[in-house]
Amino acid sequence: MARINMVQALNMALGSEMKRDDRVVILGEDVGRDGGVFRVTEGFQEQFGSERVIDTPISESAIVGMAIGMAAYGLLPVAEIQFLGFSYAAFDQLFVHAARLRSRSRSRYNCPMVVRTPYGGGIKAPELHEESSEAFFCHMPGIKVVVPSGPYTAKGLLLAAIRDPDPVLFLEPTRLYRLIKEEVPDGEYTIPLGKARVVREGGDLTVIAWGSMLERVMKAVERYNAEVIDLLTLNPFDAVAVLASVKKTGRVVIVHEAPRTCGFGAEIAATVAEQGIMDLRAPILRVTAPDVPVPLSKLFDYYIPSIEQITAAIDEVLRY
Amino acid sequence: MPNDILATFTVRRLTILNENGNVDDALMPVLSETEIRRMYELMILTRTFDERAQALQREGRLGTYPSTLGQEAAQIGSALALHHSDWVFPSFREMGVQLTLGYPIHRLLQYWSGDERGQVSPENFNIFPMCLSVGTHIPHAVGAAMAARYRRDPVVVVAYFGDGATSKGDFHEGFNLAGVFRLPVVFICQNNQWAISVPLKGQTASASLAQKAIGFGFEGVQVDGNDVFAVHRAATEAIEKARSGGGATFIECLTYRMADHTTADDASRYRSPDDVAIWRAKDPIMRLERFMDLRGMLKDGYVEQTKTFATSTIDEAVRTMEAIPPPLTAEMFDHTCAVLNPRQVRQREGG
Repeated sequence: MARINMVQALNMALGSEMKRDDRVVILGEDVGRDGGVFRVTEGFQEQFGSERVIDTPISESAIVGMAIGMAAYGLLPVAEIQFLGFSYAAFDQLFVHAARLRSRSRSRYNCPMVVRTPYGGGIKAPELHEESSEAFFCHMPGIKVVVPSGPYTAKGLLLAAIRDPDPVLFLEPTRLYRLIKEEVPDGEYTIPLGKARVVREGGDLTVIAWGSMLERVMKAVERYNAEVIDLLTLNPFDAVAVLASVKKTGRVVIVHEAPRTCGFGAEIAATVAEQGIMDLRAPILRVTAPDVPVPLSKLFDYYIPSIEQITAAIDEVLRY
Repeated sequence: MPNDILATFTVRRLTILNENGNVDDALMPVLSETEIRRMYELMILTRTFDERAQALQREGRLGTYPSTLGQEAAQIGSALALHHSDWVFPSFREMGVQLTLGYPIHRLLQYWSGDERGQVSPENFNIFPMCLSVGTHIPHAVGAAMAARYRRDPVVVVAYFGDGATSKGDFHEGFNLAGVFRLPVVFICQNNQWAISVPLKGQTASASLAQKAIGFGFEGVQVDGNDVFAVHRAATEAIEKARSGGGATFIECLTYRMADHTTADDASRYRSPDDVAIWRAKDPIMRLERFMDLRGMLKDGYVEQTKTFATSTIDEAVRTMEAIPPPLTAEMFDHTCAVLNPRQVRQREGG
């Protein structure tokens, strides 16, 4: 057990899985010699060779496309897209092929690949480096979307993602890479995909968040009797855990970093409205970014949900 | 100051069999009479399949269907160069390739009848599902080639696509990676000169498609795509080069789309019958027939027997296809992922 940050936890997970299974290969921009721009793949090319840790040209579509071909052939590729904002060039490959290969071939071929990518903002990076467009990818039946919220969940979820027989988009909250340290077991452990975790128990309301918003939510709820759910997997999301909590508290606040319209909060709110409305005592509130493109750093604090906005929403639902 | 020529390049064009059925003996690949008959029989089978598929579509028994008419030499000539363990990534107009490799004929028809189960290639085949999204399967072929090399398998990967695909980003990204990593992959373009209504000159200002490979650091060659011997020779050389570690090759088979883009298209809106007539005179099957006739290979009713056999083969495949019960609605769910999520399970049960 060591107290490490998320970059170290991800590195530990990838390294142990590469040692365990020679089908695991890594490909992406700068993942080899440079160890990735966030150093998640640090040391691997030296350790495993350039055939298993492949520095590719700047070709996001072909990185994902190649990973699909490698996965169909029988390998377990872990592709890195340098920033989520660059994955839009690979949207076609993800939606048209990765998500559908099993279905189109009627399970003759499957696509056991992971696409890892830093996601979310707050790191003072240039344009397109701070995107949080997770909801796009949740609208692709066939792809799982996973978001860890710290070192412990990062390691367990990444091991589960690599071992999953279907494609997984693994969104790593960039702001958290080195922000939090946690105790992380040295050995293997997996966290099941599709399961949320209750991070904090409470009786007055349920706050639902994922990724970097979780850290902010935990600060916001300090003086409330709030239950906090960390979704961990967005697609499929753990509706059972959400509905059980709503049954207990009767109030829901959903917090996400992405813009509001068609954000993933809408899916959660709709599910609660469909299946848990009789348990509700207050309107479901969302605390989200506004419906604008992600701004650069000087305006970013006005864009991302603040602790004050989260507590204002909590106070609002507690009025009922 | 230096102002040197940094690079010059040449592009080869290979023709072996001319329109009168004569071959260039120096270039003619070594083929037995049996092998030549097999080429002819597969070309007839492909054309018979194509005619029947179009007729079935008009009768409402198949959905929209893209004809392979006129492209038989490009497809059969190249597919016959493959080994059984090689991997094939087809686009959607290569039924001649699938027929050559022995893909179950009724499954091809089943797919075009609107049933995904037709895309299930048999376990002992390495044929990917047809790719409808133009050119986007090229990186898959590159990835499979990377995996094959990593595994030290003596496997070559072949991707088929059309002239329109050369305008797609995935063509350029995939070619670039194939060049950078010197992968065992062969790209076969059937340049049928039409992407629905857009002619080749609207697709590229390049003098050939073959020369596009040069910019990616590997060889491109243009072959007469209606000359089955030229296609076969070029494909065999490229596949064996890839297998022996020589890297990628791009083969442009210059041919012509004799039919409409699909059964939903009307090519008379955008091209003249005179142009089509010019290419009808270059028909790949007619050309091979003339060659065989000059060698006395068509005696004893061979042509009729070949056509009769093809017709009965396709008849049987149509019967088999039409006897398959329609898919159950559960089919739609069962191959979405290895394990359905709770919501999909409820939806599958009608909830």
